[in-house]
Formats: sequence, C-alpha cells, structure tokens
Amino acid sequence: MSGVDFQPTGEQRDLRAGVRDLLAGRYGREALRASVEAGVAVDRRLWRELGGAGFFALRLPEADGGVGLGLPEAVLVFEEAGRALLPGPLVATFLAAGVVPGAAAGTAVVTAFDLDGPLVAHLAEADAVLGAPALPEGEPVRSVDPLTPLHRVARPGRAGPYRDEGALLTAALQLGSALRTLELAVAHARRREQFGQPIGAFQAVKHLCAGMLVRAEVARTAVYAAALTGDGAEIAAAKLLADEAAVQGARDCLQVYGGMGFTWEADVHLHLKRAWVRAEQWRTAAQAEELLAADLLGADG
Amino acid sequence: MDLTYTDEEQEFRARLREWLAKELPALPPRPSPDDWPGRRAYDAGWQRRLYEAGYAGLHWPLDAGGRGATPTQHLIFLEETERAGAPYVGANFVGLLHAGPTIAAEGTAAQRARWLPPVLRGDEMWCQGFSEPDAGSDLASLRTRAVRDGDDYVVSGSKIWTSHAEVADWCELLVRTDPGAPKHRGITWLAMPMDAPGITVRPLRTLAGSAEFAEVFLDEVRVPVENRVGAENDGWRVTMVTLSFERGTAFVGEVVACRRTLALLARAAKENGRWDDPVLRRTLGRLHGELGALWRLTQWNVSESQRSGGVPGTGGSVFKLAYSHARQELYDAAAQVLGAGSLALDEEWVLDRLSSLSYTIAAGTSQIQRNIVAERVLGLPKGR
Ligand SMILES: Cc1cc2nc3c(=O)[nH]c(=O)nc-3n(C[C@H](O)[C@H](O)[C@H](O)COP(=O)(O)OP(=O)(O)OC[C@H]3O[C@@H](n4cnc5c(N)ncnc54)[C@H](O)[C@@H]3O)c2cc1C
Repeated sequence: MSGVDFQPTGEQRDLRAGVRDLLAGRYGREALRASVEAGVAVDRRLWRELGGAGFFALRLPEADGGVGLGLPEAVLVFEEAGRALLPGPLVATFLAAGVVPGAAAGTAVVTAFDLDGPLVAHLAEADAVLGAPALPEGEPVRSVDPLTPLHRVARPGRAGPYRDEGALLTAALQLGSALRTLELAVAHARRREQFGQPIGAFQAVKHLCAGMLVRAEVARTAVYAAALTGDGAEIAAAKLLADEAAVQGARDCLQVYGGMGFTWEADVHLHLKRAWVRAEQWRTAAQAEELLAADLLGADG
Repeated sequence: MDLTYTDEEQEFRARLREWLAKELPALPPRPSPDDWPGRRAYDAGWQRRLYEAGYAGLHWPLDAGGRGATPTQHLIFLEETERAGAPYVGANFVGLLHAGPTIAAEGTAAQRARWLPPVLRGDEMWCQGFSEPDAGSDLASLRTRAVRDGDDYVVSGSKIWTSHAEVADWCELLVRTDPGAPKHRGITWLAMPMDAPGITVRPLRTLAGSAEFAEVFLDEVRVPVENRVGAENDGWRVTMVTLSFERGTAFVGEVVACRRTLALLARAAKENGRWDDPVLRRTLGRLHGELGALWRLTQWNVSESQRSGGVPGTGGSVFKLAYSHARQELYDAAAQVLGAGSLALDEEWVLDRLSSLSYTIAAGTSQIQRNIVAERVLGLPKGR
C-alpha cells in the first residue's frame, strides 16, 4: 500500500477520459441543443446506451452484473455527466440500480422525491420513483430549466435513505458544470477582443476567472474526499461548496460572455439553470449548513 | 485516490502523539507578544526539543540535515502538533520555511553545512529581507544595491516589513547587483549576518499593537561573497523557489488550528445562547465545511507535489486565496459570537482577528495571487 495519495489513479483517469469521450460522441453540443429545441430530456435510446456502458451499474458487484467500482469512480463519472449537461434523472436511476428492475441496464428511468415540497422532476418520463410504491399523479409545471420538466404532486414522498449518496453524486454533477463554465469563460476571455486586446488581459475579468477556479478546486477536493470517506458531514460540505461553485461559476461565466451570455443561443444559461435545479436537490444549502453545524458541536463534545 | 494511511504512517502518528503528550506539559509559559527575547528563547527551546526527538526538518532531504520523511509524514506531523496545541514555528518561520528550504535546494554543500544545522537545532533565526518601501507586490523592482568589493558585497538601501528582524541572526536578503539589466535579471540572493556593522533595525508597530516587523536600514554593510546562494544576478529564480515553498506548505498547520478554533467557537456560542440564531449557526456550519475542504485541499496539493518530486505547484496560490479568505471569515464569525465582547482586547480571539487581516496581504496579496492563478494556471494573457 502506498499510503495517502489523493490524486486519481491512472485507471480512474482513464475511466473519466473514457466517459468524456463517450459523452462527447453521443451527447455533444449539437445533441444538447437538439434536445433543448425538442424539449425532450430523456432519450430512451441514449439511456439504454448509458446502461449498456455500465453507467448506472457502476457500483453493483460484478456478480450481479455490475461494474464493481466504488463511490470515488462514481463521482468521476458524474463529474463528466455534469460537464456535458447530460439531462435526465441520472442520480436517481443510478441509486435505483439493483433496487428497481431495469434501472441498472438503463431500460427503466427512475426519478426521486429529491426536491423539497410538491415538485418532482422528470415525472412524466419516469417508470418509477425511487422508494415509492407507485408513480404519483402530477400536474405539469413550466420549469426554469428546459431540460428538467417538473410536475406538482399532491402528496410528495421523501428521499429518505438515499439523501447522502444522492447529494454526493449531485455535487459531482455540479463540479463538472463548474469546471465547464470555467473553461468556457477562459476560452471566451482569450478570444474576445475589446479596446485592442483580449478581454482576458483585463484584470477585472482575470480575477473573476481566478475566483471561479478557486471555488471549483475547493469543491473538487471536497467532492473527492467525501466520496472516499462517505462521511455525512463531508458530503454535506461537498454539496454546499459544489452548488456554490456551479451556480456562481455559471453567473461569472455569463458576465464574462457579456451580451452573448444573456442569449438563449449560448450554453451558459443551461448550466446556470441546471445548477439552480441541482442546488435544490437532495440537500439544500440551508440543510447542509445545519447538518454541518450539528456535526461541529458533536465533534466538539 | 486513497486517503488511508499505511501501517508505517499510523505508527509514526502514534509515536508522535505519545511524544507530544509527554513533552507539552513540560513547556514553560508562553511569553507576551512584546517580549522579543522571551519569544525567541521560547521558540528556540521548542525547536531544540523537536531536534532532539528527531522531528526537526522532518521532510528536508537527508543531505540537508533532514530526516527525509515523506510529504504525508510531514503532513501528519503538522496535523498532530497543531491538534495537540504545540507551539507554532514562531520566530523560526523564515529559517524553517523559507531560507532553509532555499539553501537546501540551491546552496552549495558548504553553505548547507554552515546554515542548516543551526536552524534545525533552533540555535539561529532568520528573517526575510525582500520587500522595500518602493518594492512590494512589484518585488522585482527592488533597489537595495550590492557592489562587489574584493571578497565582499557592499550593500546599501532599506528593507521594510521585515518580520522578526529584531531577533534574527541572519537575513535572506535580495539585492540588486546589476542595475543595467532587466529588473528580474539583476537580483542576487545573499545571507546577511544581522550583527554586521551598518545595519539599523527600527521596529514597526502593527495594527495589533505589537512590533511584529521592522524597517531595516543598510548602510555599506559588508557581506562576504561566499554568502551568496545561487549565481550572481540569478537571485530572482532562487527567490521563486522560496516563494513557492512559502505558498505551498507554510499554512498547513494553521488550517488545523482554525478547525480547532472553530470548534471552541461553536461551544462558546452554545454557552452564550447565540447558537440559537440560525444565521450565525449556519455561518459556523458553513465554515466547518469550508475549513474541512481546505484541509482536504492541502492533502490534495501534497499528493500532487509528492508526484512531481517535492516542488509545490501553483496549487499553493489557489490554497492561499481560499485560506486567507476563510481565516478572515472565521474571525468575523468569532466577533459575531462575542458580540460587544469582540471590542475587548483581553479576548484572545480579538487579537487573532486583528492579525487575520494581514493574511490577504503578506506573502503576496490576494490580487497578486489572482493574477498568478489567471495567468499561470488558466493561461490568460498579460495586460498591456
Ligand atoms: C504581517 C506582514 C508580515 C510581512 N513580513 C515580511 C517579511 O518578513 N519580509 C518581507 O520581505 N516582506 C514582508 N511583508 C511584506 C509583504 O510581502 C508585502 O506587504 C506585500 O507583498 C505587498 O506589498 P506592499 O505592502 O508594498 O503593497 P503594494 O504592492 O503597494 O500593494 C497595495 C495594493 O495594491 C494592489 N496591487 C499592487 N500591484 C497590483 C497588481 N499588479 N494588480 C492588482 N493589484 C495590485 C495590492 O494587491 C494591494 O491591494 C509582510 C507583510 C505583512 C502584512
């Protein structure tokens, strides 16, 4: 045993690169924009392909037809899904693998009661709700995120025992989005010229980008560490920091883009809206902070 | 990705804990902030104990008098000493964390033999003479002149903000040796004995009320040429080595200390009833998360430098930006817990709050760190 080595191993890097390639090929920018225009979040064929590639069965034991990997690998995979803005109830279906028939293989789409209150995401596209005996009836509600359809249900259930892992995997999605908006902002800042120089040469722009990087890197270590320890407080911290890195990162990216950032055409708003959705899922900032506060007192006494 | 410790590392931790439990109760009381001879003696005494127990220069290479420990062992050392409430490096800061590592990396065998053992034993203290009245963030514009005269450099000029100058035996000094060259290419790194004739030290009072740093005036001070580390006019590169050490590992112990402080703060809030204020409670919860993540970030950076052969990378700048901000937030939260009590200087936290204000300035301001991150990590262009 080599001892503490926090960096991803070669195999883990390969896994992450493999998922990135797969998603770039299968859900690149054109596919993303096409699904936005069509208003279709879950493409069943893609879902089955993801299942076939082991996306949902990643953590199931090999004996049960899974890939036999752990949470650290799962967060690397979800980071890539967040980067690609891959839509659909990815986290709920992942958690349903081995519990809801078809989830592991991607033949079933499973959503969850991961939002507080009466709203449920992807209800009309789902075959099941994680932990619920049957699909509830729901009234469609116009959603801020074009790729996260919402329904209002009369009696929402609870995320229950899935809350921690759901929060961690969602944090990984947020991390991927934060890293992506940083890349977009930096690329734009190098390309776009005003006053005879790239806007990235202006310190005000530089410092926005540096702040994005700092938040994303702190979130990254929090997410990876929480995946390694599985500790509830570390997961809460990871969610809190990743939510902020994603939401604020998208906001800053929008600012760096200027008027272009306010258009439907640029992808920035898609990152921001999805980040807003994820920030409400599984564990909100208020819940995470309260959990951490309780842990702080507990750790002390 | 692995955060588990080897048996060897666990054993190292256990032995260290045992030693600390035995050693710390035997320490003399801490001297007051203005008692410089007392502070020096206290810090030297602690360093001596570390040396005798084999913990001095733990991660320094063997040929520099170190113990050749892995970065992980070093991290365990910093974590455990801080957790146990052991003294911090104090006046040994520059010797152990800047000048020492620079000499270890860039000095000759003779220089290492001359300067490193006394640092490790706590016998000699160093200060850092980099900043000048007109050269702060733009350090490379420094003007203190050194002119070669036989086997000596004759140095004239002035330095400012020199921490611990009053008690230091040596100063790692940056001087200009070639005024005609572009500013980064005419700088030389010298080890200046602080008792040389021509040196005047004038203490400066900080906003916390004590004299933590000083102005240092140099009037034709003779420094032997053999005290030069690195080649003449190569001092900027030598300096960059020092600064990367400073930003890479210098604050690791402090993160642990902040986490300890936060836990005490939570208890104090519980006792005085302010814990019931959800805004404050959530602020403390968030800080718990942030400081925990910063501790993980140090582990991340250490793993990275372990892979790249020991040189801290730009991760240090990312860390310093996040840490200096979090430290200030921590003490602002402390003030919220204390309420009007935060106005009374007899509270230890109030002095710590004042000193936390320097964190976004010293060792490269936050603005300069953001420039570094933007240009060197993100590759954004330099402005005109
Ligand atoms: C407690 C403490 C201890 C210190 N100890 C030592 C020591 O032992 N030895 C030593 O040599 N020095 C020491 N310093 C000095 C420290 O390194 C300098 O204060 C620091 O580098 C900033 O330089 P300055 O004070 O001249 O500020 P300036 O460089 O004048 O900066 C003033 C303001 O302008 C901003 N600014 C400057 N340039 C830029 C730029 N390019 N882009 C954007 N903003 C910019 C800065 O961020 C800052 O906000 C210490 C400082 C403190 C506070």
